[in-house]
Amino acid sequence: MNLDFSGDVIAQAVVSGIMLGGLFALISIGLTLMWGVMKIINFAQGEFLMVGLYVAYFLVAWGHVDPYITILVTVPFMFFFGIGVFRLTISPILKDALLNQILLTVGLMLVLQNLALGFFSADVMSVRTRYSTWKFDVGPVVIGVPQLIALFGSVICTLAVWYFLKTTESGRAIRASAQNPTAATLMGIDVPRTYMLAVGISSATLGFAASLMIPFYYTSPTVGVFLSLIMFIVIILGGIGNYMGCLLGGLIIGLAEAVGAAVFPGSLSRVFMFTIFILFLLFRPQGILSRRPT
Amino acid sequence: MNTKMPYVRILVFGGLMCLLPLVLTTYYLHIAILVLIWAFLACAWNILGGYGGQHSFGHGLYMGIGAYAVAYLVNRFGLTPWVGLLVAIVLSAAAAAFIGWVVFRLSLKGGYFALVMIALTEAAVYIVSNINALGGAGGLEIEYRGNSVAFLQFAGKGGYFYIGLILLVFILLLTQWYKRKRFFYQLIAVRDNEDAAEALGVDTVKTKIKANVMSGVLCAVGGVFYIQYYLYVSPRSVFGESVSVQILLFAIFGGLGTVWGPVVGACLLVPLGEIARAELGNTFQGAHLLLYGAVMVLTMLFMPNGIVGAADRLRKRWQGRSATPVADSQGGEAA
Repeated sequence: MNLDFSGDVIAQAVVSGIMLGGLFALISIGLTLMWGVMKIINFAQGEFLMVGLYVAYFLVAWGHVDPYITILVTVPFMFFFGIGVFRLTISPILKDALLNQILLTVGLMLVLQNLALGFFSADVMSVRTRYSTWKFDVGPVVIGVPQLIALFGSVICTLAVWYFLKTTESGRAIRASAQNPTAATLMGIDVPRTYMLAVGISSATLGFAASLMIPFYYTSPTVGVFLSLIMFIVIILGGIGNYMGCLLGGLIIGLAEAVGAAVFPGSLSRVFMFTIFILFLLFRPQGILSRRPT
Repeated sequence: MNTKMPYVRILVFGGLMCLLPLVLTTYYLHIAILVLIWAFLACAWNILGGYGGQHSFGHGLYMGIGAYAVAYLVNRFGLTPWVGLLVAIVLSAAAAAFIGWVVFRLSLKGGYFALVMIALTEAAVYIVSNINALGGAGGLEIEYRGNSVAFLQFAGKGGYFYIGLILLVFILLLTQWYKRKRFFYQLIAVRDNEDAAEALGVDTVKTKIKANVMSGVLCAVGGVFYIQYYLYVSPRSVFGESVSVQILLFAIFGGLGTVWGPVVGACLLVPLGEIARAELGNTFQGAHLLLYGAVMVLTMLFMPNGIVGAADRLRKRWQGRSATPVADSQGGEAA
């Protein structure tokens, strides 16, 4: 164990961890929304994000579009991509056993991963934009501008989803469908349409995340494998369907990853993270914030 | 139907398969051996996943325990894989019992159980990658010694084929035998309605732990066979996500909770996957996994009971067209 770290190293790790945590929270909102509303555990969510990352990558690298302008494309694209995939695959078996739905999304995960592998090869692709190296110093700590933007984006996205669900008529319909689909139908809510809207929003948040990530992150066919696990850890910590919990879970895991990487050698920090995850799954599956067990 | 018939069928199948090495070229024999390995692993998974209804997404964990136990003992102490096999059985039984005890006692099921197994297996990748004695991320290799029964190594592929075949016939007989035993009836009861099973006096937790141990130990045996055949193991080759997914895919595609389902699944999909890999591997990497993913999606959409389940339904419908309609049950049972 590396024990000669100074206060500066820890301060840097904490700041990096908070920004990484913002990113983790941002990519997890969609998953917690989908699980919370439809009780569907989408194992292909990381691969949806990968699709978004490739779209953003090609727009920036080949189309020379400003990465933050690509939001105008990635968000609607992912909205309809999510709805398309949902209607083709998940919606026909919405009434089947939960495990069948999980297995279907695992199949989707393999399909998307290996389509990307076949078409774009296993290469890690990243693009240097004019934002990529923007950073400023606060005392001994360096803060990257794109990372900071992603953190703000994460908070804004969380608040937007929360506000939408709490105040709008469509949001109310989504919450009603989540609580009791039968009763919602009886109240005149078109539940299948509401589900579609929820899936669209869930996947649109990934488009938003992809655009914010592309200046400082990378994409590859397997980028979703690790990020999927992160998403699951974050939403279990936060509590399924709890958006503020998701933000909190993201920050905790971001900190665990960054501080863990500074303290543990090699990739052992990952083991630390998985341990937290397993303990939560076992002893507190309802998350940090929820009081009643699910 | 005669109660001996299913056993006879398994033995006849084994006897016919014995003739395969006489007609197959080396390459196709290699594919046949892969079919046997995967069919065996899928059968092992099927005990917990199919009969018990607990879908583990991380059975590569037990397979890895088996493979690493043998590789480590051979490399470090020069022990024969036969000792390694015993150690693998003990270690995997302990691991499966512990995991089962924690997970099932806390009545974790469905998606939560799947996630715990994924997390454990993924954690195993990082743990083993950081242990130098186990070769780190590079993995472990076993020295090739030529024909040697003591070291379970053979010059040709024939030897591996017959060992694989013995294993497969063994697990088929075992499943068939247990199918008529109290333990499997309890297991199926737990799968179909846990509360009702509990109310009728079945110790559901103990039943699930037992199934987990049986399934895990057999997977570890499969892992031992795997390392003896490839003479190489790396963290991703056993603990990798796609390994565990393939194990369960073959069982599900063939037919969950049926004796022959996993064999049918592996017999159909493994050759297809290998051909896709050989034909398209250069131009389209991951063609076989793409195929497996597509098969998984289509199976869930159109044939959630797998091939054996679908065939069974067709057969029953055909036999009893005028009789009562066949109930559409989860994981329909085949003869």
